[in-house]
Amino acid sequence: MSLLRTVATLRAAALGRAERLTTVRHQQLADPPFVFIPLALAGEACAPLAAMAGTDAGHPVLLTVEQPRDRTRRFRFAEQLADLLLPYVDECRGDSETYEAGRPKESRERFTRAPQILVPNQGGIAFTRLLGRSTRLRRTDGPYAVAPSVPTLGKWLTWAADQADFPGSSTLLSMTRMLGDHWATGQSSTEDAHLAALLAWIDPPPGMTGAQAARLAEDPARHPPAGPATDPLFDRTLSELVTAYGTAAGDRARAATGRAIEAELRTQLAPTWDLMWRGIELLRALPPGGHVEERWALDRALFTGYASHLDESGLPQPRRDHAAGAARRLARLEDAVARYESQRAFDDPLVMAEYELSGEAFTGTVTAREPDRVIESGGGGGRGGKAGLFRPLVTLRTEQRPPIGEGETVLSPDRPGQKAEILTIRDLGGSDSSDSDGGAGNGFEADIQLSGGFGGKRKPPAPPGSIPEIGEQLCYTTLGQYVASAQLPDDADTPWTHGGPPQPYEPTHEDAEETWE
Amino acid sequence: MLPQQPEDRLARLRGPASPEPYTARKITALTANPACARRAVLDAAGVDKALLATRIGFEPRFGQSPFALTRGQAFETLVAWGGYAELVSLLRTELAVPVTEAAVADLTEVAGNSAPAVRARETQRLLERIAAGDEDRLILGHPMLTLDVAGRTAFLEPDALTHRIGGRFYAVEIRSFPAIDGQADPARTAEAVKQAAVHVIALRQAFHRAGLPPEAVADEFLLICPKDFSNRPYGRLLDLRQELDAVEFQLGRLRRAADLTETLPADASFDLAEDSAGSPVRDAGELDASVGALEAAYSPSCLSFCEMSRYCRQEAETAGEPARLGSGVRNDLPGIGSTRTALGLIDGTVEPEPEQAEIAELLRTAARLRDLRGGGAA
Ligand code: SF4
Repeated sequence: MSLLRTVATLRAAALGRAERLTTVRHQQLADPPFVFIPLALAGEACAPLAAMAGTDAGHPVLLTVEQPRDRTRRFRFAEQLADLLLPYVDECRGDSETYEAGRPKESRERFTRAPQILVPNQGGIAFTRLLGRSTRLRRTDGPYAVAPSVPTLGKWLTWAADQADFPGSSTLLSMTRMLGDHWATGQSSTEDAHLAALLAWIDPPPGMTGAQAARLAEDPARHPPAGPATDPLFDRTLSELVTAYGTAAGDRARAATGRAIEAELRTQLAPTWDLMWRGIELLRALPPGGHVEERWALDRALFTGYASHLDESGLPQPRRDHAAGAARRLARLEDAVARYESQRAFDDPLVMAEYELSGEAFTGTVTAREPDRVIESGGGGGRGGKAGLFRPLVTLRTEQRPPIGEGETVLSPDRPGQKAEILTIRDLGGSDSSDSDGGAGNGFEADIQLSGGFGGKRKPPAPPGSIPEIGEQLCYTTLGQYVASAQLPDDADTPWTHGGPPQPYEPTHEDAEETWE
Repeated sequence: MLPQQPEDRLARLRGPASPEPYTARKITALTANPACARRAVLDAAGVDKALLATRIGFEPRFGQSPFALTRGQAFETLVAWGGYAELVSLLRTELAVPVTEAAVADLTEVAGNSAPAVRARETQRLLERIAAGDEDRLILGHPMLTLDVAGRTAFLEPDALTHRIGGRFYAVEIRSFPAIDGQADPARTAEAVKQAAVHVIALRQAFHRAGLPPEAVADEFLLICPKDFSNRPYGRLLDLRQELDAVEFQLGRLRRAADLTETLPADASFDLAEDSAGSPVRDAGELDASVGALEAAYSPSCLSFCEMSRYCRQEAETAGEPARLGSGVRNDLPGIGSTRTALGLIDGTVEPEPEQAEIAELLRTAARLRDLRGGGAA
């Protein structure tokens, strides 16, 4: 854990209220998102019990399975969910735009919208993945036929769950993770996994501290768990009703029990539905970070790619990734994590502060500048004879010795396209010893040479604003050296998943007949 | 091990109630928080922790869903059905057992008697017959084993023990969580592995008593769980060596649990009995003070398994223990015993001890950076 987060946690605990970890929002929020709260039957691999889903806070749709062990009813549930999700996905396939990507560059199309599924917690993501796994390989003909929408649902859910492994993707997100990325509470991450308690810290009801509200929210009688696991005590009630449903004499009695089951399940889901939308509201209130749009553009491109894959061959994802695919996926995952972390730092001074603390960034004030500086081109003492290189210089004053050494290349979040090199660092004296952190002295000066980022100019004067002004506060970091060239051609070249080109997979009869009991 | 004096102290602490039985799960829970003396003593004394926690105002919120229970039983019945036919067929695929019929002795009851002691005796008798070279193809279903835990006899029940396969016997654990495309939930698998380790230790002792070499019990066991979304069983051999060491260590510690009671004042008691009028013989205050006198080692992971966790959490919070905010915070505050000290070091109201100087400086820098870069309350 970073020390900054620890400080935030300590303060939150002392104050009884959450502390911000970011100054901006680092995830996209689609308009509207598709909120999905699944409940699973305890003890089963992936037996849906109920779900509340939809795109409108005022109109939740409740899906229930009155006989959770009945296979046909499970597929009926999948069909109903497909009836909600697939139209939403289709709506996103309206307008498209052209963009340039690839090596060599070519024109491509991508939709201007993409689906976004929001679930309460990490368990919701795992359930989505399993539901995808248990439906995508089904056949729509033959003895075990299911409705055509069922395997399509499975493919989309699997696709979304695959994206969820990538930190920069906003396709399938859990509310607890999202809120936890933006706020530190005064409790542990174990306790933060409880949506109601986490939100209580961030947004306590009037007259209560977050700490008090969080304790109350932990009581399942007050706040049902956000799923997919249900409260065991509730399960007792439900189990009696399910038995009654199975043994009900006559259609009317059965229908009445069915309604009672539905009402019970609604009480378990409705509070979480409200929390989800409250969370969305809180996150929307934060301004988006600078790279959010760019990452969402990648999500849209990937969505476009997968949609056309389904239009063409439509083959489902295999049971397991092939070895090559898995290795490639892992490499891309590492790459995506590093890029996401550095983009977050570039977009958010509070995140960059972590790198200042760890010595990968520093901040100072411009005290001098040489905007028209030109140096001799070419090394090795040869005289180029041509015009020199345009290399302006700024001098930065810092309190502490900059943690990055002379000769290192750095970037600044304020001018990400401008490469900079630290030429010299001077101790301005006054610190009591040769101590490297030199605390109470007069500070330090760093001469920083700039190259590029002058609006294409190769000689002075540079366009106004392209060279830092005196008095400007600047942050320089060793992070993000590849972010500056940000078009991410590799990912855009990937047809439909971060994992690499599709591996054709023909579901076998065994897949299609797989029991779901 | 012979009963010793200190166990009398444990029994006195518990009062007249009959001791809570030791289960494999209880023993493995101790390995989850090895530093905790509180749980070790309460378990060694056989105290009903759930009732104790309720009495002192922190009713535990654990429970088992009837759905999970039904499912677990149904799956186990299925594996055991028809003379463990499914188990025998898994042994063929997983352990390359030749296709000969194995006989099964179901030890769930002995001539209609399901008392643990009776079942344990029958289990031991069968093991002796195996030792003598009879019954070489006998699979034991639900054998009952005994294990001496802190001077008390724990009855333990693995789901099955295979016959001799390539010179070894394998413990079998049947669980109802699924293995999907060959992958089961890691946390639940880990718990099954720990319980299997407890069972293997008990089996080895039983083997020793029966005159069989203890090493004949393999340090791998067969985990059986449902395959994918079906009810069909799937089996895998899993390694136990690491867990065996961890469990052995905890059992050794439990043997010394009586020593851990030394911190307790003479009048301490966990007696949950009620008098004839139905009111507790010890009031909440007395019980609370006795629990509080036992050294705890709370961490948020306690919340997932320990009946005392909500009590211990409150105590840790009152004491400002950094660990209650998670291991990340604890590791970030080396040599700082309280969150209040940490906050004091940050705002300069507490002078750092010499060994805290470095971390205090870092904390102050971090706090200053947070303030400068826009951190603050939500
Ligand atoms: S909750 Fe308390 S008694 Fe239980 S293991 Fe944790 S510290 Fe020990």
